[in-house]
Amino acid sequence: MEVLNTFLIAPFLDMADSPIFLLEVVIGGLMAGVMYSLVALGFVLIYKASGVFNYAQGAMVLFAALTLVGLMENHVPIIVAIILTMAVMVGVAMLIERYMLRPLVNQAQIILFMACIGLNFVFEGAGQIAWGSNVKKLDIGIPENSFEIGGVLLNAFDLTAAITAAILVAFLAVFFQKTAIGRALRAVADDHQAALSVGIPLKTIWVIVWSVSGFVALVAGIMWGGKAGVQFSLVLIALKALPVLILGGFESVPGAIIGGLLIGVFEKVSEVYWGPAFGGAIEGWFAYMAALVFLMFRPQGLFGEKIIERV
Amino acid sequence: MSAEPTVGRKIGDVILDVANVSLSFGGVRALNGVSFDVNEGEVRAIIGPNGAGKSSMLNCINGFYKPTEGMITFKGESHHQMETYESASQGIARTFQNIALFKGMTTLDNIMTGRNLQMKKNLLWQAIYFGPALKEELENREVVEKVIDFLEIESIRKTVVGRLPYGLQKRVELARALAAEPDMLLLDEPMAGMNHEEKEDMCRYILDVNDEFGTTIVLIEHDMSVVMDISDRVVVLDYGEKIADGTPDEVRANQRVVDAYLGVQHD
Amino acid sequence: MFYREAGQFKSTYQTDQAIFPIVQDRWFMALVFIVAFVVIPLVADEYWHQAIIIPFLILALAAIGLNILTGYAGLVSLGTGAFMAVGAYSTYKMSTAFPDLNIIIIFLLSGVFAAMVGMVFGAPSLRIKGFYLAVATLAAQFFILWVFNKVEWFFNYSPSGTITAPPRELFGVLVTGPEASPVARYYVCLVFLVVFAFAAKNMARGRLGRSWMAIRDMDIAAEIIGIRPLQTKLSAFGISSFYCGVAGALYIFCWLGSAETEAFDILNVSFPVLFMVIIGGLGSVLGAILGAAFITLMPIFLTNAPPMIGIHLAADLQKHIEEIILGLMIITFLIVEPAGFNRLWQIAKEKIRKWPFPY
Repeated sequence: MEVLNTFLIAPFLDMADSPIFLLEVVIGGLMAGVMYSLVALGFVLIYKASGVFNYAQGAMVLFAALTLVGLMENHVPIIVAIILTMAVMVGVAMLIERYMLRPLVNQAQIILFMACIGLNFVFEGAGQIAWGSNVKKLDIGIPENSFEIGGVLLNAFDLTAAITAAILVAFLAVFFQKTAIGRALRAVADDHQAALSVGIPLKTIWVIVWSVSGFVALVAGIMWGGKAGVQFSLVLIALKALPVLILGGFESVPGAIIGGLLIGVFEKVSEVYWGPAFGGAIEGWFAYMAALVFLMFRPQGLFGEKIIERV
Repeated sequence: MSAEPTVGRKIGDVILDVANVSLSFGGVRALNGVSFDVNEGEVRAIIGPNGAGKSSMLNCINGFYKPTEGMITFKGESHHQMETYESASQGIARTFQNIALFKGMTTLDNIMTGRNLQMKKNLLWQAIYFGPALKEELENREVVEKVIDFLEIESIRKTVVGRLPYGLQKRVELARALAAEPDMLLLDEPMAGMNHEEKEDMCRYILDVNDEFGTTIVLIEHDMSVVMDISDRVVVLDYGEKIADGTPDEVRANQRVVDAYLGVQHD
Repeated sequence: MFYREAGQFKSTYQTDQAIFPIVQDRWFMALVFIVAFVVIPLVADEYWHQAIIIPFLILALAAIGLNILTGYAGLVSLGTGAFMAVGAYSTYKMSTAFPDLNIIIIFLLSGVFAAMVGMVFGAPSLRIKGFYLAVATLAAQFFILWVFNKVEWFFNYSPSGTITAPPRELFGVLVTGPEASPVARYYVCLVFLVVFAFAAKNMARGRLGRSWMAIRDMDIAAEIIGIRPLQTKLSAFGISSFYCGVAGALYIFCWLGSAETEAFDILNVSFPVLFMVIIGGLGSVLGAILGAAFITLMPIFLTNAPPMIGIHLAADLQKHIEEIILGLMIITFLIVEPAGFNRLWQIAKEKIRKWPFPY
């Protein structure tokens, strides 16, 4: 009875007690969720366009952030630093395409996934050698003050992140659906060899995609880095993006957003209201268990496509 | 290639009865009230233009697709929907339109998987290997070697199947189906993509299986000369419906069948 | 010309199916056994045992376990660390609760517990495939370690949260605990590895192995010919987790001595073991062992090699370089030889077979 009370009744009573607080927790969750979404977006892009599950996305976020911070520490002006970092990410994209993707054209997904794990290690090691492994502060002038609307506490930084994400998503959605390049990207995601055979320039496409993904990684890096400082644990975000992708489907841009927001909210809410009963730190596994349960009932995610297997 | 019943071959009663089977995928009706039967020991062909629902029909018999209506009766037992495991354990084996071999394994191992249902020794014996598990392995290997002899694929026993040419892969697939010693064999376009010699070989094997082991054969095939020559009876499907059923000569003379193949519309 | 099969005819199916059909291979294995059981204990010093050989044996066992799941059955798992932890914590609980129970029996029982947990987390594998399954195993990884962290019963309410292996004897010789000699611990691990590697090879070449590979290669076709997917997948999870559980028990009891859950986390265990399996070659017991050897030896090599040629690297710089090299090696292997060390070994044997002819 006591147990039932703790799990099924007390948390909801707590919520009802202070709806303003609940709202703040939810908003906090949404903001965290936006961060997840940004990272998941990078995954989705690459997956959508090349069928590659880029495990190294998290490391790319870290690398982009590190490069930016490193440049800024050397007194390069912000705008120039951002442009330079972008150039670096494009250069990296080209290297990846030339030396990793091209030799692995049309291999099984699992092979590509593992290659990305290898890539992850390279990014981590290289980033740390180039820029050092201390936590760095990333400040590009985004306001960080808190303010109130209608009794609810909000944070300017989080709001900026949310708006940026929204703009990015809108842009990407249009890009994929309406442009010829977007169509080519979707063809490539479906079948590399078929796309090659109708004359789609695979190499260029991949460079574009990984560059765009690099750009998203940079934005994500700026947001995460500005909030939490640029540090190693950013890499573990890559893992956190996985439950987001499961919820949203691996191939859906709106899915990545909604999945990220949902995971953010559920994590925060469960940590605040159920966490104390469990001794805390639920956040470490909640997202994954939620994803697991979700997968049991809807293996393709909220927005993913149901695959009909033919024999 | 003659279809005269040879010594030792006898056609018995109905072994498979398909009654009023319908199958839909979302909005697409793949099969619409199809009924036919198959006699034990005969060679029954299912033909029809592309997209007629032939493979879907086989998949229903196998239990891979679940029909929305109708009954399938095999060896006297009726089911609304077959289960894959049941159909395999009851004695139905099949080959596939696009080769469904286990590409990472050798020919021998692939065919041995066909014996899986017969191999019962549990995990602990398997880990120890020497003793009952080995005995079972060797017994089943003997059966498999007979099939390998029969289909003349001794030389590729230890080759990984993914490396074999297309024609040989098809033969290995047939071997895997035969290894299960099935009562009924479903063949989905066994001769697709083969040249004339390969087709003759395949026909010979199919007829030999039917002759020597009395296995009932249900086959989907596009090559009309093959169908006419080796089948006892033919079912014709078009747009998921049965439009003809009878001996090869009867079917060939049927105007609806001719029209279906030539693309003439019917109401 | 020395390594040939000419003249070695197999006249029974049994000899045809043997693990080492070629006589020269058997001599080689005999040699390996002599080195392992006799030479190494005489020659190796404590540092080698503790830093290289014993962890190699234990991780090879875990790699064989993961190989069963990922290599033979094709089910990607990122939860190896968690299953090892189950083995370790079960052993801890049982050996502290039943001090008189034979430690080998306890190791095996903890393998069984790990197997059960593995099957629970593997149950979703019927509906979930590929990457999604990898995520399910991540759930196992994070959740299980959290449980061992939070539920104090598991570490006997010790304030530090660590578990420590109590000293236990086998045949009168101490094999666990700080007083146990490296040689004793080495033998325990070696025997486990040999027995379990043999069992794994047996399972792989029989009905079970074929079922796993059939499910991996084309699960629909496998189902249609009568292989039951759920049972096959569960057996893969169960057996794999059993191996990992025993490896986890040995990890704490015969190597580290004591540890917290960090010892089993994803970066310390799950990923490295996965790499061992990939680099060694998916679907091969020998590959798992070779991969384990490589991953265990590489840091040692990187620590010791540069000073030998006069370059001195700071410790963390060396670690970063290791990371980069590991990453590059993985990518290179996947490009050049996705079938790993095992395949390279086979190719080498082919070359030796044909020597002095090139092909």
